Amino acid sequence: MTQFATAITKADALKFYEDMLLIRRFEERSAQLYGMGLIGGFCHLYIGQEAVVVGVQSVLTPEDAVITAYRDHGHMLACGMDPKGVMAELTGRAGGVSKGKGGSMHMFSREKNFYGGHGIVGAQVPLGAGLAFAMKYKQSNALSVTYMGDGAAHQGQVYEAFNMASLWKLPALFIIENNQYAMGTSVARSSSVPDLYVRGAGFGIPSKQVDGMDLFKVREAAAEAVAHIRAGKGPYLLEIKTYRYRGHSMSDPGNYRSKDEVEAMKTNHDPIQNFLAIIQKDYTVTESEIEAIETRVKDVMKEVVEFAKSSPEPEVSELYTDILIGE
Amino acid sequence: MSQMITVREALRDAMAEEMRKDPSVFVMGEEVAEYQGAYKVTQGLLQEFGSTRVVDTPITEMGFAGLGVGAGFMGLRPIVEFMTFNFSMQAIDQIINSAAKTLYMSGGQMGCPIVFRGPNGVASRVGAQHSQCYASWYAHCPGLKVIAPYDAEDAKGLLKAAIRDPNPVVFLENELMYGRSFPVPEGDDFVLPIGKAKIMREGSDVTVVSFSKPLDYALQAADIMQEQFGKSVEVINLRTLRPLDTETIIKSLKKTNRLVTVEEGWPYAGIGSEIAAQIMEHAFDYLDAPVLRVTGEDVPMPYAANLEKLALPNTEKVVNALKKVCYV
Repeated sequence: MTQFATAITKADALKFYEDMLLIRRFEERSAQLYGMGLIGGFCHLYIGQEAVVVGVQSVLTPEDAVITAYRDHGHMLACGMDPKGVMAELTGRAGGVSKGKGGSMHMFSREKNFYGGHGIVGAQVPLGAGLAFAMKYKQSNALSVTYMGDGAAHQGQVYEAFNMASLWKLPALFIIENNQYAMGTSVARSSSVPDLYVRGAGFGIPSKQVDGMDLFKVREAAAEAVAHIRAGKGPYLLEIKTYRYRGHSMSDPGNYRSKDEVEAMKTNHDPIQNFLAIIQKDYTVTESEIEAIETRVKDVMKEVVEFAKSSPEPEVSELYTDILIGE
Repeated sequence: MSQMITVREALRDAMAEEMRKDPSVFVMGEEVAEYQGAYKVTQGLLQEFGSTRVVDTPITEMGFAGLGVGAGFMGLRPIVEFMTFNFSMQAIDQIINSAAKTLYMSGGQMGCPIVFRGPNGVASRVGAQHSQCYASWYAHCPGLKVIAPYDAEDAKGLLKAAIRDPNPVVFLENELMYGRSFPVPEGDDFVLPIGKAKIMREGSDVTVVSFSKPLDYALQAADIMQEQFGKSVEVINLRTLRPLDTETIIKSLKKTNRLVTVEEGWPYAGIGSEIAAQIMEHAFDYLDAPVLRVTGEDVPMPYAANLEKLALPNTEKVVNALKKVCYV
């Protein structure tokens, strides 16, 4: 048991398990609906990475803002957005959180402080710094969490944002979710250094590498980072090492890595199974409690899929709305 | 009552007045604070509003444009100054993909009240990379408003409107106009409507449509046409490029039946091309001559003084186009 595990209650443990399981089941159903032709275009699944977003979210407050790139379904569920609205956006329906006009990569929620959902690799990082800038400007105690992948870590604007965030001591938590492949290119083939967290040092940003397959470790590191930021000491960078089980997007056959590698991760490092084993042992979580959660998630997903299938397509008039405010 | 002020002062006053009124308005960019503005447009703002609201950035256009957009999503009203719009090409992804499209992609949830402003177009002898008009680039994109003021009245009234607007606005100034003085109504509540052109002078024989500094050539050409050829020229200052005031253009065309556009930008897919297309669609039967475009030449801007002069529109080129459409 890690040090931080002691600081969570059994109720917390059950909640984190349920949050991760919901993301996993949501993504599995997304893949199914994609296969059935109900979801179009790009669809990037989060399966395997669940402990990252659930662990980080567990140390945030509702006032904190979250922004990420296009592998965003898990982040939205972790922020408390209605999974029905997210799935209906995937199916391009009027009941989607963007009224069907955004799609998988472009969803937002003012209510839940989720600022997207961005399709341009790395562009969300200056935006996230801007969220933090606004928080500091308004003298709020909130912070922004900006997620990016290991691929985004090579975009120049990421470092422009790091520089300004550190220069102005912005309340910004930057997270590189290193799932080890930027589409089909491994970190070894794209990065001049094996570790990405070291890139914070050049900007005076304290940085750490974390095992992203272990929710307790993610939570502990995130708590430390958040404490640093809330103390007014400026940004913090976490490189969270994780793994995506599926392809980059639905159209990716995944020829750049071996089946054995993927199977080994699934078998030995699954974040949900690992977490379950720990909480069964340390929190005396029972089989019936697990079953109750599984049933609840199953029921939620049934409703979610039903809604996403039955919600109508957007009205034709929606083509010309939401282009400018006040017109 | 009006007073004579420079375009530079008009822009500064517009920002200062809006900053006094609304604490969420702030200015950000390279050299805007301690240096007092690379072209002195933000002179005095740091002294009045302090370094929280007048923010010097590193040379990092894509970064600070994106940071401004993020702050705009959060409810602030950033004014992002590009030292010149040439450098906005570094940031154009944030302007279009992040600022302009997010309202639509969020189903109307996530607007961004931001102004991107700075000098656009050709200065003098600064060569190809510092002499380009971005009017048609930005005007092409839904989700943006694009403004190009000519004189101090335009600069003040439209910049105030841009700052108050809840949408992303690209505000294209002209360095060579900064020092020129024009009358501007007194008081701190002079605002002009976005999307409305101004008829600078009425005429009945031919219409000339322009914006920003090239409007000078249109006005001078109108004098020459009257004096030398007895032709009465109607001169339209577009003021806003998106949304385009097609109504005013078409109404004038229906009166004069002849039209010339004048801009500094390249001809290919330019503002003049758009106006010509609009006229084809809405007023084809009213044309007594083809619409002609006077534009910058279709070349990167040369440095040599003689070549630079050849590459730009001027009064003579406008007069020639007007004569052509009037068959004189």
